[in-house]
Amino acid sequence: MKAVLPVLVVVAAIVVLWYGAAVWMNAAWVRDQAARAGESVSFAQMVPQTLNQERPVLPTPHQVVAELWKGLAGQAVTSKRSLVYHGWITLSATLLGFVIGTGAGILLAIGIVHNRAMDLSVMPWAIASQTIPILAIAPMIIVVLNSVGVTGIVPKAIISAYLSFFPVVVGMVKGLRSPDAMQLDLLSTYGASRLQTLVKLRVPASVPYLFASLKVGVAAALVGAIVGEMPTGAVAGLGARLLSGSYYGQTVQIWAALFAASILAAALVALIGGAERVTLRRMGIAR
Amino acid sequence: MIEARGLGLTFQTADGPVHALRDVTLTIGRGDFVSFIGPSGCGKTTFLRSVAALEHPTEGTLTVNGMSPDAARLARAYGYVFQAAGLYPWRTIAGNIRLPLEIMGFPRAEQDERVDRVLELVELTGFARKFPWQLSGGMQQRASIARALAFDADILLMDEPFGALDEIVRDRLNEELLNLWSQTGKTIGFVTHSIPEAVYLSTRIVVMSPRPGRITDVIESPLPRQRALDIRDTPEFLAISHRVREGLRAGHSYDV
Repeated sequence: MKAVLPVLVVVAAIVVLWYGAAVWMNAAWVRDQAARAGESVSFAQMVPQTLNQERPVLPTPHQVVAELWKGLAGQAVTSKRSLVYHGWITLSATLLGFVIGTGAGILLAIGIVHNRAMDLSVMPWAIASQTIPILAIAPMIIVVLNSVGVTGIVPKAIISAYLSFFPVVVGMVKGLRSPDAMQLDLLSTYGASRLQTLVKLRVPASVPYLFASLKVGVAAALVGAIVGEMPTGAVAGLGARLLSGSYYGQTVQIWAALFAASILAAALVALIGGAERVTLRRMGIAR
Repeated sequence: MIEARGLGLTFQTADGPVHALRDVTLTIGRGDFVSFIGPSGCGKTTFLRSVAALEHPTEGTLTVNGMSPDAARLARAYGYVFQAAGLYPWRTIAGNIRLPLEIMGFPRAEQDERVDRVLELVELTGFARKFPWQLSGGMQQRASIARALAFDADILLMDEPFGALDEIVRDRLNEELLNLWSQTGKTIGFVTHSIPEAVYLSTRIVVMSPRPGRITDVIESPLPRQRALDIRDTPEFLAISHRVREGLRAGHSYDV
């Protein structure tokens, strides 16, 4: 409870800064309008006109909150104006991609830990894959998959998976290698097989690492899904909402979609955090 | 039981070969309690690890129960206790002791029975469902001994098992270990840095010295098998301690 006050102070500071920036950035339009009408505006007259513009350079917090509320609660969830509708489209691709990426990441990590050839050959490619800007490769993936008849949620999910497998590989390789020499020697004195060593020692030891990776991975998966929605012609999803907002100069819509995306990401990370707490407590690792 | 003849082990390092063991000849009979004492680098741990097939000697022969160490390892001829308890934090005490039994494929009912039995042996009955972090260091080490005893191998190899514990806990565990040894009749190989510990526990003390790692003296203890802690104040005990110290000095163990 002691943390509430500092948190509120930080939030208040951000809101104040935001309003200040909105007044400052949106003032130019007010002055232009006044100049065109041959009038002059005082600061006191100008400020109210910066707070509720239709196409502000920087929307004010209350405009974004109102738009967000309108998008979340003000429409039927099946409406194309509903952020719930778009959010669900993005979320479904995110989750599918996250599952594929996590599965691939875990399998790759197990291979890397057990096979020296894979250790030497796969890791450099995994790292190289992440140095390519996702914006550059996403349209390629969509086009290539389209040409072989794969459309809809799958191409987006693959872009999601492309981003989310990497933290899982890195975290799981570290986690599966975390048991020290003594623990491996101990299993060797029991005559344990490699499979037994994996199941009894390496996998349980890697669980805390896995959760750390999953938190990074799920956020990356969401980014992947949003980016994947942009080259598909902005039909549906939060990415489409962002893109159409920018086509029509609807800055309030863009910010509302951005906030919807970040709320979604925060919720997903929180969900994994909850699963982490429950799992580690059940395993007896968390005290 | 354990027989080493002309055993040598050389590690090839960037600075040239390191002779961890040279010409070690030693026989450990059934039911013996043999301590290995010497400074760091004298090869005592390397010898124990060779018996456990965790290291592979480069010269000489080594048999465990008449088999090669690797075959003996696969036949589960020994239990090994490391300096750190190394209990899995995600398993309860009972779960940790069950680990070797699961790997070796004991039936579930027998696993439970064996876990109960060894917990009683190391006086940890009632702690079965606790997690390792809920136990003191000494209790954790007792649990790790129980884990090594669970599958009832004839040989117990212990590599400085009490080295990280304070002296009071160590005295108590030494006493318990002797009890356990007389109850189970196991053959024990015990590595230590401590002269009193070696003399108090062993029927035979192997004094080793470094560069190259070798045996400088083997002392048959005249002390009776049943001994209480206060035997450490008797002249016999002090005489053996003195001879161990002389053996260490002869091997230049005190040179820095």
